Amino acid sequence: MANESIIEVKNLTKMFNKFTAVDGINFDVKKGEIFGLLGPNGAGKSTTLRMLSTLARPTKGTAIIGGFDITKNDNEVRKLIGIVSEKMIMYNRLTAKENLWFFGSLFNIPKDVLTKRIDELLELVQLTKWKNAQVGTFSTGMRQRMNVVRALLNLPQVLFLDEPTLGLDPQSSVEIREFIKKLNRENGTTVVITTHMMVDADLLCDRIAIVDHGRIVALDTSANLKKTISGADTTIISLEISNLSPELITALRGLNCVDAVTQENTLTLRIIVHGSEAFDSVIDKVRAMNGKISSMQNLQPSLEDVFLHITGHQVRDTADQKIPQEHKRFGASQQGRIR
Amino acid sequence: MGAKTLFSHSMRIAWKDLTELFRNRLGLVLLIVMPLFMMVMVGFIYPSNGGTGANLPVGIVNEDSGFNNSTLPSQTFIMGLEIMNNQTHFLAFSNVTTMADIKDMVQRGDLEGGIVIPSNFSQSILTGEQGTVIVITDNSNLQISAQINGYSQLYIEQLSTVLAQKNVQSLNATNALAVVNPYSIQLQGVVSGTTNYFDFVAPGIMAMTVMMSVMTGLPVAISQEKEVGTMDGMMVAPINRLSIILGKTLGQTARGLLQGVIILVLAIGLFGVAIQGSILLVFALLLLGVFSFVGLGIVITSFTKDQETAQMLMMTLMFPMMFLSGVFFPIQTMPWYMQDIAKFMPLTYAADAMRKVMVLGAGISAISTEIIILIAFGAIMTAIAVPVFRRMMTR
Ligand SMILES: Nc1ncnc2c1ncn2[C@@H]1O[C@H](COP(=O)(O)OP(=O)(O)O)[C@@H](O)[C@H]1O
Ligand SMILES: [Mg+2]
Repeated sequence: MANESIIEVKNLTKMFNKFTAVDGINFDVKKGEIFGLLGPNGAGKSTTLRMLSTLARPTKGTAIIGGFDITKNDNEVRKLIGIVSEKMIMYNRLTAKENLWFFGSLFNIPKDVLTKRIDELLELVQLTKWKNAQVGTFSTGMRQRMNVVRALLNLPQVLFLDEPTLGLDPQSSVEIREFIKKLNRENGTTVVITTHMMVDADLLCDRIAIVDHGRIVALDTSANLKKTISGADTTIISLEISNLSPELITALRGLNCVDAVTQENTLTLRIIVHGSEAFDSVIDKVRAMNGKISSMQNLQPSLEDVFLHITGHQVRDTADQKIPQEHKRFGASQQGRIR
Repeated sequence: MGAKTLFSHSMRIAWKDLTELFRNRLGLVLLIVMPLFMMVMVGFIYPSNGGTGANLPVGIVNEDSGFNNSTLPSQTFIMGLEIMNNQTHFLAFSNVTTMADIKDMVQRGDLEGGIVIPSNFSQSILTGEQGTVIVITDNSNLQISAQINGYSQLYIEQLSTVLAQKNVQSLNATNALAVVNPYSIQLQGVVSGTTNYFDFVAPGIMAMTVMMSVMTGLPVAISQEKEVGTMDGMMVAPINRLSIILGKTLGQTARGLLQGVIILVLAIGLFGVAIQGSILLVFALLLLGVFSFVGLGIVITSFTKDQETAQMLMMTLMFPMMFLSGVFFPIQTMPWYMQDIAKFMPLTYAADAMRKVMVLGAGISAISTEIIILIAFGAIMTAIAVPVFRRMMTR
């Protein structure tokens, strides 16, 4: 039971005109698992999720969910799944209860069952008090809870969530994560979640597929993914330089032992290096350029490092981060290190 | 999936849309204000000018030089005109010296037209010839011009009948009138009482508003849900895709009919329009009009990605329809090529049928042609629209 696949994705491809948004991806999701699709904006996560939830038609390939082909038995698939999409699926002028009634009634759930279920779901996300208030008056956190609960009306076996914590305050993010975990633990709901936030993937997912440019570039548990870095001769160092300059960063990137450099804040760099001489080379370079090292630390690899290591660019896009950064990568290709 | 579930899902969607509509205060106000504006505008731009008391200023020029020192015929004629006009007040007469003066005054706007009695008038009458009277109108203003023409002709015909009667009587006929006019025509409006321009436009405006309201409402309602993302909530439910479009159409139709009712109430209450025919038939026609149109709305919905494009496209289509479908001006007065274009617009037939029912009190049989054409329009458009919509829904 534990290892049974509930989703089998086969060569799933989506093209928009000539642009390939999802490029022939393959993966399985096990029953009862929380599966993450991690990747930067534009990687094709949402498109993948939309195809899996029958909202978009694959250009090529397909997926089997609970034994049904998404391209052939879409209505059967729909009965098994729930989707929390990037956008709120809620009518602002309807009350919480009316919204749930409307969407629930499209699933042919008997009236008495639906009434009871709506009450339970509202209770579950502590919105009972607001059930007769229009959703338009809700806070972002409340709305997102509603949005998640809406997807649960048909008690889905598989729940798809597209960036469920996007735009939420930390408190609400924690709540949503806890809720997803609880749902998975208590109801055995299989969860497929997309995110570009490392924390989400790290804290929530049993396995993570790293997606970039429409392809899966790595797929494993968070721990195993990190091991691919620390297991090799790769090291991550945090370097604080009190007189940090762009020229210095460029110079560091030019070093052979340096795989990637990202700027954490005005003074701190995060550097992925390899080889036993790496520390010395870095320090020598900084000295040679009259840089003043105020602190140096050896770091545990994060998923961010894994991503950077594999793809050569950062997960978070520039819009997310105010600190200017460069995306270019150096060093040899490490594709071979990840299976 | 059964027709029953299809319908029940459609009803839920329609009900949801209407609930949203009724909670949208501003939208609701606009829904009422829009037709009110249209009615008031139309009502005041085109003065109600049928009936009596139009009092259009018309100058009379008497150039009659008499015959045997007698100008009796022209004096009698003018007196006759005045006597008749005193009862109806269609026109307001004033004396003018020359024909050139009349043209001047018409150009200045002091007069709307003139009646000229030529110098040989008495001579012609008294020597057994036809006396000709010249009617001058401002033919840059077709409506007024046509009215003056009409009234003058009416007066002059009646006067000539009176004169002829007298002439024939002197021939000792038993019934003089029977000799002059072996056939008598009694002019009578099809509608009792007086009709005005408003009676003419109200049915058309009603048909237009309801049909346009559905046709524009549908693409906007659907593209809005696509944009906001709520469409996904319906799309991921195991329902027939057709119930979405059907539900939306039902919702928009209800909204359109509501607007129709508002117009009707305004037309009756504010503008004195009377409905001669069956009000049930009026609403049945409105529904049929919507049916004939809705396919076009669906096709447009399928091809437009966002609200803005949908709205612009609808405006572009609506504009010619408003003016070519005979809502504001009779089609018969348009140039032939425009009339041909009008024949391809369902609104033309809907407006026409509505007018026949509302103004002339026609029953179903009298408008069967329009009904058949509207059904045909609807059937063809729906046949095109449904597959197009299905394809759009599974991008
Ligand atoms: N409907 C569409 N038409 C054209 N291009 C699209 C469409 N949807 C997504 N894309 C493109 O496909 C790529 C992947 O998008 P998406 O799946 O939304 O990425 P993600 O969710 O990972 O940020 C992006 O480059 C995006 O611009
Ligand atoms: Mg996305």
